[in-house]
Amino acid sequence: MSAAEENAAILEVADMRVWYGTRGDPVRAVDGVSFSIGAGETLGLVGESGCGKSTLGRGTLGLLPPMASVSGSVRYDGRELVGMDPKELRDMRGPELGLIFQEPMTRLDPLQTIEKHFRETLRTHEPDLDDDEVRRRSLEALAGMGIPPTRFKQYPHEFSGGMRQRIMIALALVLNPKVLIADEPTTALDVIVEAQILGILADLRRNFDTAVLLITHNLGIVAEACDRVAVMYAGEIVEQGDAREVFAEPAHPYTRELLRATISLETTGLNYIDGAPPSLIDPPPACRFHPRCPNAMAVCAELAPEETTGGGGQRVRCWLNGPEERIPEGGREPLEREEIAAAEEA
Amino acid sequence: MARFIVRRLIASIFLLIVVSAVVFLLFYVFPSADPAQLRAGRQANADQIQAIRESLGLDKSVIAQFWIYIKGVFTPLDLPGTDSHGPLYFGHSYQSNADVKDVIFSDLPATVMLVVGAVIVWMGVAIPTGIISAVRRRSFLDRATMITTLIFISAPVFWLGLVFLYLFADDVGLIPIFPGIGSYGAADTFAGKVGAMILPWLVLGLATAAIYARYLRSQMLDVMEEDYIRTAYAKGLPDKRVIMKHTLRSAITPIVTLLGLDVAVLLAGNAILTETVFNIPGVGAETFNAIKRSDLPMIQGITLFGAFFIVTLNLVVDIAYAYLDPRVRYD
Repeated sequence: MSAAEENAAILEVADMRVWYGTRGDPVRAVDGVSFSIGAGETLGLVGESGCGKSTLGRGTLGLLPPMASVSGSVRYDGRELVGMDPKELRDMRGPELGLIFQEPMTRLDPLQTIEKHFRETLRTHEPDLDDDEVRRRSLEALAGMGIPPTRFKQYPHEFSGGMRQRIMIALALVLNPKVLIADEPTTALDVIVEAQILGILADLRRNFDTAVLLITHNLGIVAEACDRVAVMYAGEIVEQGDAREVFAEPAHPYTRELLRATISLETTGLNYIDGAPPSLIDPPPACRFHPRCPNAMAVCAELAPEETTGGGGQRVRCWLNGPEERIPEGGREPLEREEIAAAEEA
Repeated sequence: MARFIVRRLIASIFLLIVVSAVVFLLFYVFPSADPAQLRAGRQANADQIQAIRESLGLDKSVIAQFWIYIKGVFTPLDLPGTDSHGPLYFGHSYQSNADVKDVIFSDLPATVMLVVGAVIVWMGVAIPTGIISAVRRRSFLDRATMITTLIFISAPVFWLGLVFLYLFADDVGLIPIFPGIGSYGAADTFAGKVGAMILPWLVLGLATAAIYARYLRSQMLDVMEEDYIRTAYAKGLPDKRVIMKHTLRSAITPIVTLLGLDVAVLLAGNAILTETVFNIPGVGAETFNAIKRSDLPMIQGITLFGAFFIVTLNLVVDIAYAYLDPRVRYD
């Protein structure tokens, strides 16, 4: 990471861990993740379902269920959010840290009109606003999303999924948050609405210098909308860097396989990664990807890879990328097949 | 909405006719004592019994009896041989000759008073308890409350009534602070009747509150898992607002259904156990006597009143739903 980038970072996450308590061993949904986002920058967070992406997004805002525990550091604008007084953090949610969820159909309270949703949001953070001002600002935010003022007093069930998602976004943006975490904001929507929403997010960082963490499993969206990308696997970020460079020259086999699995018009056959994402209760030792990795070496099952710099300037955790001097003797031998099968079984 | 209500009311009338038919049928199909014989007493001869039978109309066919009954209740026709007239003529008691309607109306105030007070107790206890238990889930308070409610649910109301009398009744109680058995009938002022109702209210109210508290708790826990609750937190709303404005508002709707049905059923005579334990002359006690004496007109009348309450309160619940949940529309 360059010094300039570091200076501009508005959100800095360092060695964050989120574990969910269960009856048995904890689920390590996020396990030692570090990244940062600068003002006006969009970071794409990609990975398979169940790799901890959403947990990471929610954990950043302290919105985890009671049985989750968080450690590490989340710094927003120089302030530490982990362990912050809940009331103080609550006041920051909305005006400072905005969150857009997936599943727009169920994200609005079915018993309240759109007007009430907005009034409640605005009044909570700016109690002195009068009715006219609340109305003006709400309608302005809705107009930005293409929702006409005539529908202000309607209930959520009177809107389509795409409209509800745009209302959700308007609701998050009406307070002008400096950091916006968008958790698969387009997953449930058709491509036209998806394009609209990506356009809105792009406007946002241009016009308001908003930092956006865009969580998605769609690499096309990342390529289109993100400055940088972080690839997550089994609770860890395995590769992160400039989006164009990572896609042009993926340094981690997982990123490479993920890119190969993307479908486009030129696709002639389907590529997939053998096996399923590992259990987060008892993840594979050392490199968590080694049981599924086509390039696995003996060392991958022995030692956890260290962070190195890849060909595109990205940060990557993979022994293929070194550091050479840390690989024990014979570690470069291909991992034996039986071992792969056994690890997969586990 | 108006059309919906009219449609429902018309359907209700048919429903009430069907209920009458079923009660008639049950009364004649299943063995029961001959009302004429009961009325005549032990010394009566066959002629006397036959005369009574004719005067009560019991010599006519079941169909004819049913037709006369339906005419009396639902049509404005005068009935030959009686001094009361339809509509809403429910007949006279076989045993006491009293007008069924008058008897029910004289019993109703005690039952209404019992039920209304109990509803206030149970909602007043159940709503805060349910909310606190859900919010402080798995805390000591939650567990203590849930165990207590389980005890109140498992305990039969008549037993609970006796325990409360043993503890608090002013004649036999260990801590004699509230009026005990029979004090309702003995009281001649409204204040006296209120005092007499304290123990019955507590017994019926707490027994039902236990069910409601548990139900509300589980509803609250369900709603707390909803996506829009997380949205509310993500907007930075204070916990209290999320719980009262978003969670409770959704969780309370099914409680309204339950409340409507429970009130209807209690008014229809289901308060029988509480009324019996505390010797309150209400609809429940009347039902018990009517069944004991094979008094078909009384049984019919009380059943129809009960059905009427159930149908009406269901309608009220459905209408209330349209206000509680904007997604519900009747057209």
